[in-house]
Amino acid sequence: MKYTVNEKGFYGKFGGAYIPEMLYPNVEELRQNYTSIINEPSFQTEFAKLLKDYVGRPTPLYFAQRLSEAYKAKIYLKREDLCHTGAHKINNTIGQILLARRMGKKKIIAETGAGQHGVATATVCALMGMDCTVYMGQLDMDRQRPNVERMRILGAQVVPARSGNMTLKDATNEAMRHWINNPSDTHYIIGSVVGPHPYPDMVTRFQSVISEEIKAQLQEAEGNPFPDYVVACVGGGSNAAGAYYHFLEDEHVNLVGVEAAGKGVDSGESAATTALGKTGVLHGSKTLLMQTEDGQVIEPYSISAGLDYPGIGPLHAHLFDTQRVQFVSATDDDAMQAGIELSRTEGIIPAIESAHAVAALKQLAVDPDDVVVINLSGRGDKDLETYIRWGKY
Amino acid sequence: MSRLKQLFQDKKNNILSVFYTAGFPKLNDTVEIARHLQSGGADIIEIGIPFSDPVADGPTIQASNKVALDNGMTVKLLLEQVKEIRKDVNIPIVLMGYLNPVLQYGFEKFCKEAAANGVDGLILPDMPLDEFNEHKDLTSSLGLDVIFLVSPTTSAERINMIDGLSSGFVYAVSSSSTTGAKKGFTADQEQYFQKLKSANLKNPFLIGFGISDHATFSKASEYGSGAIVGSAFINLLQESSNFGKDISQFVESLKSKS
Ligand SMILES: Cc1ncc(COP(=O)(O)O)c(C=O)c1O
Repeated sequence: MKYTVNEKGFYGKFGGAYIPEMLYPNVEELRQNYTSIINEPSFQTEFAKLLKDYVGRPTPLYFAQRLSEAYKAKIYLKREDLCHTGAHKINNTIGQILLARRMGKKKIIAETGAGQHGVATATVCALMGMDCTVYMGQLDMDRQRPNVERMRILGAQVVPARSGNMTLKDATNEAMRHWINNPSDTHYIIGSVVGPHPYPDMVTRFQSVISEEIKAQLQEAEGNPFPDYVVACVGGGSNAAGAYYHFLEDEHVNLVGVEAAGKGVDSGESAATTALGKTGVLHGSKTLLMQTEDGQVIEPYSISAGLDYPGIGPLHAHLFDTQRVQFVSATDDDAMQAGIELSRTEGIIPAIESAHAVAALKQLAVDPDDVVVINLSGRGDKDLETYIRWGKY
Repeated sequence: MSRLKQLFQDKKNNILSVFYTAGFPKLNDTVEIARHLQSGGADIIEIGIPFSDPVADGPTIQASNKVALDNGMTVKLLLEQVKEIRKDVNIPIVLMGYLNPVLQYGFEKFCKEAAANGVDGLILPDMPLDEFNEHKDLTSSLGLDVIFLVSPTTSAERINMIDGLSSGFVYAVSSSSTTGAKKGFTADQEQYFQKLKSANLKNPFLIGFGISDHATFSKASEYGSGAIVGSAFINLLQESSNFGKDISQFVESLKSKS
């Protein structure tokens, strides 16, 4: 098992739990309990039932006829955009809230960038009747007004993070501070495969339902569970981790990660971590990180708030390091064009994060027989403002 | 014997360690502040290495980190400033900071230069104990004391492990919180201090986080060997127009009842 976490929480040289002592008991409590709770049959039954009846799983694996003709390959879209609340994020929040309840926690906190994870967290808190506080950068609150109001309608308290550049990184800092200050009754639902061990592994497991379904659905559609390519966008990397998980050990499946190049990888305004990052420590794990020579974290940029993060999860740093995953990037313009293209060819308006994955089609050297699965992580409703501002449609 | 060990041998209580952020409020204030702390009567100087993402810090220290980085503060410059400070400051100097800037500088290079320039101890709160095990031989051969934190939620077993790995002193965080000046201690906090006092640690311990005045300082000193003050001092620096006068008054006001 080359790509699973070891007992110390490392994927190769990445991962671990780089946290101040004040967080240790919380993280340690989680580490000691997460596998046994997740493996309990009653947990699995409850998780599976909610994914089916509440989230709407399995999500379709849709054969995209016209897109396939355009790119001369067999292209399937994994429709995470059809999940309740509009993105894959809810797979993880359902899992974590069930875990938090079993650990006797009363309150939930979360960070959010685009607001998708915040909405998914506020949703499951409403479902379970739990108190919910979501930290969101002040700048993101201004950019993503509708999601702020969705969270409030769902009963969550949205707290602006006003430190740093007031985006996702700063919201994560604030959520960690809140957890330090409220150690006993609170669970922190991290929204991606980032943070101290066991978060990257735990979130990967909750998202792994994506590749589990892809396998079964491809078996049915193609008579073969293995695609030639799986393509996913990578912010922190949770939808990608879920889409890759059950293919990681099958080296003949090409895995492709698409990062946000913003205004261009070398423009100084990008979030292409594997291209620009070096090994460093942020938010509790050792991973690839965009940083200055002096070890200060660089503020990333992407048109898509969900990809606007200066690091990637440690699993992805390891997959990059071992070359198991091929990382490419798409600029703002590439992604916006791909979003419009998908809207026009298939009638699906994707989230701008997911549009980055679609944009990578142009960079793949595919044969007509190749089966390509694109993980369509979310829908574009939340991004209408951005589409309108971009304007070229 | 290291300066820290000597201090704790000579002085058993009311040890005052003062924390401030390097490069704050002005880039080169680091040196002058250290001199005033020594002449004002502080026992240990703790200098913070600024970081872009100080997750364990409250608003005061966060803001000082941002100002310092905007001023252009770097690890390299801090090591030079320490060398300058050492020309006329003899009390122990401890550097405290998040791990990432140290890793980028190079852990070994950082430790060697820090020791050569007169640093006595290091506090890296987000360095895992396991990771430190790999560096232990290096720091001890350089005579650098490495200080770890314990908090009210740290188990007795883990306290022993942390005490075993620490040298110089153990940093007892007074409450489950981020840094920040507070008024007074609760009964629960005092119970936790008593637990530490009765634990017979191999190291002395200093209490930090929430120490802001004579009352909290002297209460902390009843249990530990003394205390660490940070945010309250940063607030003072922020407002001070005369470091010499204000710093000695501040140290005096903590140590004795006004
Ligand atoms: C639709 C969608 N896709 C992708 C992401 C990026 O997150 P991750 O890389 O963890 O999947 C987000 C984050 O907000 C999102 O909303």
